[in-house]
Amino acid sequence: MNTSSWKKWMTRWISGLLLVVAGSVALANQGGVKLDHAPIDPSDKASLQRGAQHFMNYCLTCHGAQYVRFDLLTRIGLTEDQVKKNLILTDAKIADYMTVVLNPKDAKAWFGVPPPDLSVEARVRGADWLYTYLRSFYRDDQRDSGWNNLVFRQVAMPHVLYELQGEQDIKAEEGKPGEHHVATLVLTKPGKLSPKEYDQFTADLVNYLVFMAEPDQQTRIRIGYGVMVFLALAFVITRALKHEYWKDIH
Amino acid sequence: MKATSRLLGWIDARFPLTSVWKEHLSEYYAPKNFNFWYYFGSLAMLVLVIQIVTGIFLTMNYKPDARFAFASVEYIMRDVDYGWLIRYMHSTGASMFFVVVYLHMMRGLMYGSYRKPRELIWILGMAIYLCLMAEAFFGYLLPWGQMSYWGAQVIVSLVDAISPPVALWIRGDYVIGDATLNRFFAFHVIALPLVLVMLVFMHIVALHEVGSNNPDGIEIKEKKDPVTGIPLDGIPFHPYYTVKDIMGVVGFLAVYFGIIFFAPEMGGYFLEDNNFIPADPLKTPLHISPVWYFTPFYAILRAIPQKQLGVLAMGVAVVIFFLLPWLDRGLVKSIRYRGNLFKVALGLFVLAFLILGYMGTQDPSLWYVNPVSRVCALVYFGFFVLMPIYTRLDKTKPVPGRVV
Repeated sequence: MNTSSWKKWMTRWISGLLLVVAGSVALANQGGVKLDHAPIDPSDKASLQRGAQHFMNYCLTCHGAQYVRFDLLTRIGLTEDQVKKNLILTDAKIADYMTVVLNPKDAKAWFGVPPPDLSVEARVRGADWLYTYLRSFYRDDQRDSGWNNLVFRQVAMPHVLYELQGEQDIKAEEGKPGEHHVATLVLTKPGKLSPKEYDQFTADLVNYLVFMAEPDQQTRIRIGYGVMVFLALAFVITRALKHEYWKDIH
Repeated sequence: MKATSRLLGWIDARFPLTSVWKEHLSEYYAPKNFNFWYYFGSLAMLVLVIQIVTGIFLTMNYKPDARFAFASVEYIMRDVDYGWLIRYMHSTGASMFFVVVYLHMMRGLMYGSYRKPRELIWILGMAIYLCLMAEAFFGYLLPWGQMSYWGAQVIVSLVDAISPPVALWIRGDYVIGDATLNRFFAFHVIALPLVLVMLVFMHIVALHEVGSNNPDGIEIKEKKDPVTGIPLDGIPFHPYYTVKDIMGVVGFLAVYFGIIFFAPEMGGYFLEDNNFIPADPLKTPLHISPVWYFTPFYAILRAIPQKQLGVLAMGVAVVIFFLLPWLDRGLVKSIRYRGNLFKVALGLFVLAFLILGYMGTQDPSLWYVNPVSRVCALVYFGFFVLMPIYTRLDKTKPVPGRVV
């Protein structure tokens, strides 16, 4: 074996080993991908409305939100008529729950697992995970669906939004062990939206998912400030009262 | 004024209202030197009341049925007016109960509140703690999320390791199921709260019989005013400690509501992420860990490779607290007059307890989790087992006759 082939062999062997290590680390913490920060604003009604629209168009066919009623959408600045006309795509009534259209038996047959209910998914995964996940699908011919995902390896869900995002391929990065990004995705076939528009699209959708998971989150925080001010004042008063009573003790 | 005093006289002739008020509040003499650590007893009672009241309101909309339980919790969070607030008050209250009780127990350790003549107060308190653990365990199944389900599965499997028929009897089924949920609901909303309230009542009756300890560990009843018979270092609980405790309550509420309104999940420690997934008996979560207040004992369980022995060690770790009054052979009660041996032992014990708590939340396949847990478990048990020796050898300081 001459020096150059020895070197080649070593490089291959080491990079292979590194890939295995990186892969197992990646598997251990759900993809091991560094999550992108989801640029969401829960007070942005327009973004929530767009997100709701995307949710109805792209998610609700396969995923349900069985604990959520359609009239929840009147809390993001829409009237009942607007909800009925634009956002209820089935014959559901405004007070009905967002049940899934797809038959769970069919779902199991098609995907292997029934798609999870999304009512509180944002509280399970977190906004950053969802935002990164929806942007991390790539082409993988070894999968039945033809798709794989960097954040959720071997995911059963195909890339429903590929028409918008386009298609991505995975490109392994060599020689950078220990870093979070063990692979990068490259856009090989552009979709209807530019990458920037697609980021905005997913951000809106995630914003809506977060809102749907805990609709009273903003109310909670708003009331919280009032309660804190009240308790701060109450503390000052009760402390003064205590000192008044205790001044003859010590 | 005359009418009210006549009414009071009418009642007093039939019910000991005035005398109870005097005996337990206006003429109950407590040491005047209570410090920060003495807030947590009254705060524990406050949390108990909060849990009972919010629990009653949750029960109005919760459905103890495996098909509807998860959905009914979401119904409370979404469709019940301020249901989210009631639910967060209850879930945060559960964790805060343990925070307050752990600090209350810490106070007992520091100032020797378990020592003669307060052994029964300590034993009743430990019974309350056991009861509270059971109450928390039963309650945690009710939301019927993945962590509820698999947490219960793990705990019942511990019973199963000792005696399978007993585990079957607890579950009411071969798996955790609807029957289990129903009986846990019954235990959580009526059986254990009744026992808890009764024990708290007895805890206070016993306390008022012997009188409160204090940070100096001095018996104030030994130095009484010869004329009035009132302890010289005692002050009436009402109004002095009522106004002081009201201040403490407001301070506590600021923390409690701060969590409720701004971080109800407390980073996954008070409400675990996976518990937002409905219970699925066919899908075991990758990493099951109990809620934070059980994790020190869970770490001890995992640290021991043999399951039955692990269960035994975990049980002993809890029950050994009962023996504290008889393990401590020190000449003084309070840490203020103890020597370095006790101070170091207590410091190590607290450190071990906290580290065990952290290890209990970590994935046991990480290399350091079980070895570190083992060392900490040794320190934990060493604190108790060696106590008769180091408290006897300890160089204590003289205790002053009066409260300083």
